[in-house]
Amino acid sequence: MRTVFKTSYDADINLFRHSAQAGWYGLLFVVAAALPFLLDTFWLGEFTNVLIWAIAGMGLMVLVGQTGQASLGHAAFLAVGCYANVLLQERLGLPFILSFPLAGLVAGLAGVLVAIPTTRLHGIYLAIATLAVSILTDDLIVIAEPLTNGVVGLFAPTIEIFGVEFDRYATPARFYWLVFAVAVLIVLVYRNILRSPLGRSFAAVRDSEVSAQAMGVHVARTKAVAFGISTAITGLAGALMGHFAGIFNNETFNIIISIQLLLMIVIGGLGSIHGAFFGAMVVALLPQAIAISRDLVGEVLGVGSVAIPGLETALFGAILILFILFEPMGIYGRWIKIRTYFQLFPFYRRDMFRRQKSYLKTERMR
Amino acid sequence: MSLLEIDTVTLRFGGVVAVNQVSFAVEAGEVFALVGPNGAGKSTLFNLISRFYDPAEGDIRFAGDSILKRQPHEIAGLGIARTFQNIELFEQATVLQNLLVGRHRHRRGNLVNEMLFTPFVKAEERRHRAAVEKVIDFLDLQAYREKYIAGLPYGVRKVVEMGRALAIEPKLLLLDEPASGLSVEETQDVAFWIEDIRNQMGITVLMVEHDMHLVSSVSDRVLALADGKTLALGTPQEVQNHPAVIEAYIGSSENDEKVVA
Amino acid sequence: MDVLQLFVSGLANGCVYGLVALGFVLIYKATEAVNFAQGDFMMLGAFICLGLTNAEFLGLPFWVSVPIAVVVMGAFGYAIDMTIIRRMFGQSQIAVVILTIALGFVLRFLAGVIWGHEPVALQSPIAGRDVSFGGLVLGLDEVFVVVTTVVLTVALYFYFNRTRLGVAMQAASQNQLAAYYMGIPVRRVNSLVWALAGAVAAVAGILFASKGSIDPSIGLLGIKAFAAAVIGGFGSLPGALVGGIIVGLIEPFASYYIAAGYSQVMPYLLLFLILVFRPHGIVAQVHRKKV
Repeated sequence: MRTVFKTSYDADINLFRHSAQAGWYGLLFVVAAALPFLLDTFWLGEFTNVLIWAIAGMGLMVLVGQTGQASLGHAAFLAVGCYANVLLQERLGLPFILSFPLAGLVAGLAGVLVAIPTTRLHGIYLAIATLAVSILTDDLIVIAEPLTNGVVGLFAPTIEIFGVEFDRYATPARFYWLVFAVAVLIVLVYRNILRSPLGRSFAAVRDSEVSAQAMGVHVARTKAVAFGISTAITGLAGALMGHFAGIFNNETFNIIISIQLLLMIVIGGLGSIHGAFFGAMVVALLPQAIAISRDLVGEVLGVGSVAIPGLETALFGAILILFILFEPMGIYGRWIKIRTYFQLFPFYRRDMFRRQKSYLKTERMR
Repeated sequence: MSLLEIDTVTLRFGGVVAVNQVSFAVEAGEVFALVGPNGAGKSTLFNLISRFYDPAEGDIRFAGDSILKRQPHEIAGLGIARTFQNIELFEQATVLQNLLVGRHRHRRGNLVNEMLFTPFVKAEERRHRAAVEKVIDFLDLQAYREKYIAGLPYGVRKVVEMGRALAIEPKLLLLDEPASGLSVEETQDVAFWIEDIRNQMGITVLMVEHDMHLVSSVSDRVLALADGKTLALGTPQEVQNHPAVIEAYIGSSENDEKVVA
Repeated sequence: MDVLQLFVSGLANGCVYGLVALGFVLIYKATEAVNFAQGDFMMLGAFICLGLTNAEFLGLPFWVSVPIAVVVMGAFGYAIDMTIIRRMFGQSQIAVVILTIALGFVLRFLAGVIWGHEPVALQSPIAGRDVSFGGLVLGLDEVFVVVTTVVLTVALYFYFNRTRLGVAMQAASQNQLAAYYMGIPVRRVNSLVWALAGAVAAVAGILFASKGSIDPSIGLLGIKAFAAAVIGGFGSLPGALVGGIIVGLIEPFASYYIAAGYSQVMPYLLLFLILVFRPHGIVAQVHRKKV
């Protein structure tokens, strides 16, 4: 295990703990940026999808992992971001470079609007309220047909920034880089939140509201801010999702997506940026993994390709059940354990992470 | 003008009168202790000062101004810090992060520059860190800086909570049973700390404590409460020998033994 | 359509929601867990009965397969608690919520594999027949649903207040630790509560299936039942039934008086408003954390 000798407070404030860590993340950055040269168009598309889900996951993670407020309704904000982005382009003729951040802003404001009446709710009640918001949004999209084109849906135009086209099919590499740039930006913002008073006030609200109050943290406002930041990021992901899918309607952002998003960050590992990315990989790559293994099974058994509808969600659910039972800290928690095992080899003890506890907590209200 | 004035405060929970017409004043620079049996209303008084409850009658003034028009989160900003009887730390954060939350009232950054982590925010972080390090040195918490609260023993948590309150840089520190559950040695440390907090940092201390030995060794004045009512006010010796106090503790005035426990 | 008929069909729907909500509340009261898969339990109960009854599967007489389905679902509830939920002891409520959501995904898939994704109708002797009460013609299925719900509710009431096990369950729900010290085997009682919730879900499922065709996604109806439970106050058994009936009645009346798109929004709008203004349902009890 590496011992870091700190010589100034900046050692705890900087983005990276030591130069080797910075080196590893630098390498990851380079590999991720070079992906368009390493992968074919199909797999590049899959990884673009992973990044979009990771952005959405980071959005929800700010709320659930950092602030301890469970939301089962984040698909609503994916929808808000997606529709706002496309409508701003189509109806107002704004360029993507403006409509995209504005879509995030709109989704953020929508989040604050939802947060104001619901911040008094705890745990399970908040989860149900956000669930209702998700369902209501689904129906509202249908009702607001003149604007949203109802169940028929809308087409997302090709993105054009200063004359350069970003299209999922025509220019997949550029589209990937665009998404990658947004993801990196969000990661930076997320890290900055974590190392500033804002992130600490989130943690304070998550762990003890009374105590946060006594420290001078305005609990209701902090929750609203967390909601706003969370839904703004989710909204940006929604906007990208729209461009990625090309066509979308109310069903694109239904309640199942909300649930999937929450399950995703739990599988990935609550409370960490890594968790959002790990979870996104599971969600976005699972269908491909299933398809590949199905073909393999078909070849081996000689029965051809067998399609089982609904296998994806079921497998996803089963993975989640196993994680909650055996590794509540998610893939990231398991990753840390494996890393520690090798760092300390052969001195790792099973009980080293014994005191770990789940991030989410609620107080029972009878 | 007293630093903190509790002026004929009454609080009822349904039909129960938790605090009944209690009045006292804490002067700047003193260590003031509240004693009394369980359910006497001591912690309730703390919660009233923290504005978790609204009193039915009376007024609470801090540095001359009524705090009743303040919100709970504004109390820390006035310079009142507190600890909790059943430790309320941020479990999934490190000791350092816990102490830094105490610096929240000194936060000068805003949403935007914190998300961008501008040089200003970075300078602020260094400043907060320097302030927190002073508290860490004072309370000997160096070994625990990076440790998560969830894994810390009880005694250390108590100290961390006191540290978090000190990080606020308060004028008035409310300590809710600082020595409960601590060993004799740890209690001795607490006694020294309380004296230093008053003498070196110039912070006024109001504490609730059951350990009469600690109370008599550090406090200037003591208020005894029972069933939400004031029994006696005076120096530790005066209060311990007060007939009403002895009766409240022992249950009968025939027994003139001193209250020690 | 006649207002009275609207009322009866809403009432019948509401009874099903109420029964599913009853399952939520049973489990929540006793074990502090929230079972998001309760709707899928209902779906599974309905399909087990269908699998036993329908001619293309086993073809048993309806009145034989009903008790079998109820018992099987009871055993299923017991098994789920024993194998999965019990391990979650000490973990947060939300973790259990997420777990049961995932469980719902798995159950929906299993039902799809066994019985297919196409809507199928339960071949029950009740479906498609009418009864008349002095000139008033009502669907036999709807009358059956309402009567069964009333009977079941009364039975549950007597069960909780008169039987040893029922009283033990009540005690465990008030204070698990105290109940444990009084010699109540809390863990087994919790499993039995899950069994009871499974059995109630089976009844709800059979009632739902006798009103129309079913497919594996009807478990999502659990969300409406959830709204019902919240509207009625999450910890109250009669509240759950009342909430279910409210939701059941809102739907047909809203679609009768308001445009179709808006009517399906109503239950959730009501849910949201109740959460915002009366977060603990119609029977409000607010507990503040003590410091």
